[in-house]
Amino acid sequence: MLAYITRRVLYMVPTLFAISLVAFAVITLPPGDFVDTMVMEARQNGEALTTQEIQNLREFYGLDQSWWGQYTSWIGGILTKGDFGFSFRWDLPVDELIWPRLGMTFVVSFSSLMFVWIVAIPIGVYSAVKQYTIGDYLATVIGFIGLAIPNFLFALVLMYVSFRYFGMSVGGLFSPEFVNAPWSWARVGDFLSKIWIPMLVLGTAGTAGLIRVVRANLLDELKKPYVITARAKGLRERTAIRRYPLRIALNPFVSSLNDVFVNLVSGATIVSVVLSLQTTGPLLLDALRAEDMYLAGSFIMLLSVLTVVGTLVSDLLLAWLDPRIRYQ
Amino acid sequence: MSLAEGAAQTQAAAHPITSRHPKGGNLVWRRFRRHRLAMLGLILTGILALVTLFSQFIAPFEPEGYNSNYTYAPPQRLHWIRSGDNGIVFGPYVHGLKVEIDYDSGRRRFAVDDTVVHPVGLFVQGDPYKLWGIIPTSRHLFGPLEKDAPMYLLGADRLGRDVLSRTLLGGRISLTIGLLGVMLSFVLGVLLGGMSGYFGGAIDNIIQRLIEFLQSIPSIPLWIGLAAALPKDIPPAQVYFLITLILATIGWTGLARVVRGRFLQLKSEDFVKAAKLDGCSPLRTMRKHMVPSFASHIIAALTLAIPNMILAETALSFLGIGLRPPAISWGVLLQEAQNIRSVATAPWLFVPGVAVVISVLSLNFLGDGLRDAADPRR
Repeated sequence: MLAYITRRVLYMVPTLFAISLVAFAVITLPPGDFVDTMVMEARQNGEALTTQEIQNLREFYGLDQSWWGQYTSWIGGILTKGDFGFSFRWDLPVDELIWPRLGMTFVVSFSSLMFVWIVAIPIGVYSAVKQYTIGDYLATVIGFIGLAIPNFLFALVLMYVSFRYFGMSVGGLFSPEFVNAPWSWARVGDFLSKIWIPMLVLGTAGTAGLIRVVRANLLDELKKPYVITARAKGLRERTAIRRYPLRIALNPFVSSLNDVFVNLVSGATIVSVVLSLQTTGPLLLDALRAEDMYLAGSFIMLLSVLTVVGTLVSDLLLAWLDPRIRYQ
Repeated sequence: MSLAEGAAQTQAAAHPITSRHPKGGNLVWRRFRRHRLAMLGLILTGILALVTLFSQFIAPFEPEGYNSNYTYAPPQRLHWIRSGDNGIVFGPYVHGLKVEIDYDSGRRRFAVDDTVVHPVGLFVQGDPYKLWGIIPTSRHLFGPLEKDAPMYLLGADRLGRDVLSRTLLGGRISLTIGLLGVMLSFVLGVLLGGMSGYFGGAIDNIIQRLIEFLQSIPSIPLWIGLAAALPKDIPPAQVYFLITLILATIGWTGLARVVRGRFLQLKSEDFVKAAKLDGCSPLRTMRKHMVPSFASHIIAALTLAIPNMILAETALSFLGIGLRPPAISWGVLLQEAQNIRSVATAPWLFVPGVAVVISVLSLNFLGDGLRDAADPRR
């Protein structure tokens, strides 16, 4: 097991390196840079910057260096000091902006994942055990619809419904009075009363997918002779299913956990813009539009790292469950 | 399904000589037809394709035709029977709209004006347009007989433009971007997946690692990053093509996996070996023996990939970094619904979203049915 873990962790190094390159390349792709944005804004306010001032600004922000030079100083800062650079737009170090947001993204994604599990497993099992009943068809159709609704649209519809019929606004993760308040029980309660909307919105698509996976796997297992043996021994149906086929059916389920997690993190970007959550999405979009390169790059990089680590965790979980993978 | 199949098998066994051996494609079609949801998906997809192809003709109005008198006008009902001067007249018509000021909230409100009748006809003269950019005409499938009469069957938007017409025309970009994106990913996927499966070894390893890497990056942040990199001042046609390209750069990975998997699996199949031993050239082996047995899989995988592209385009345009007005796609139209206040006054702004859901759903049903039908194990 230790050898397997070491191998998997070592494997992450080139991946992370490639991710950092891609993240940096993406943010330097747009023509122009942040100083251009500044010059344009200054011009709109009726001020004109001289060439010398522009030059000084470029030097100040390090934008006069070559691509590679900028990249190495950025990645060097991250590796040696945990310093992600400086956000031009916010005039703050990137890490001050990024960690609280990333933490929220993790909380939202993780709670959606929990939601997906808690809902998908029982429904999937029910669907498989009662194949071709009304309940099964209902689950299939709802599942398909869940897959077909873009989650930002779902968020909009939920917002509309609660605004129109319940007269409350559901955006954000906190009520206005708690946004900047320190953590307290009241704030936790407020948070819990708000988190269910993004959880529901993000979880629906994943739930639909997983119901199908669980159903298909369990259906395959239910036909096998050992299930008949278990029944013949006189086990109650419930016990017979839970003790044997369900465990095996959940195996591929763990391996798809990683895809689900990647999709959740990815989907959270758009949903959080719609619901104006204090997660990475809105800030990332903003940073990309303003060409605030270190902020945007660090976001893309850390979101990718989040998913790579998620992949690692699910792989290790699978190896722990299934010895065939460990000893490959 | 298993029952019907069992019956078919018994029948085949009972008349081994008389039953004609069906060709592969025939078999797939026969299995497909049994799948009711898939048939529904096929029919809906066909209708969508036809409607989109003739959307300029079907849409009653020109998409940019605004009317400040009817901003956020609610959907009007189509009526059929009215009492005319000499008895009952049968024929479609809509009532007029009149504006009332709600003095409590100080807002404008529309009310149906029963006294005004605007008859609706088929093949009417309306706004001029060029069908497919070639044929100049002003015929529309249906529309108000009087020019400038209001007919908003699905309501109007913030500028008084007809939501129905705009949704119909928006399908042109939203659906073709899915199709084109999938075509591009198909080329990349078959090329790289085929290479991976054919050469094996180091090349296979490199391509597989590349795929794993691309799949481990959360796609939407990456898409947003790439889309934000598009210059703001390029013409819409170019934006359209570049967005498609961006979607395809990540979309090909899934297809490449399918192609590679099938290629590896088929290489060791007995019938492929037999074909080789019979002296078939590699090209003939592939064309006559391998491709037919995995073409249906590829088609199924392609069909299932289209909805994802449509959803991605919608999401990007919705965020304002995909296509921008004056281009009309469902995502662009949904931008109007971004503001909760405007949606609260005009819930019909969700109509393009309904179009997205219907097309994604029908393509998913279709693809799922195709995959099941193409699976020889069933």
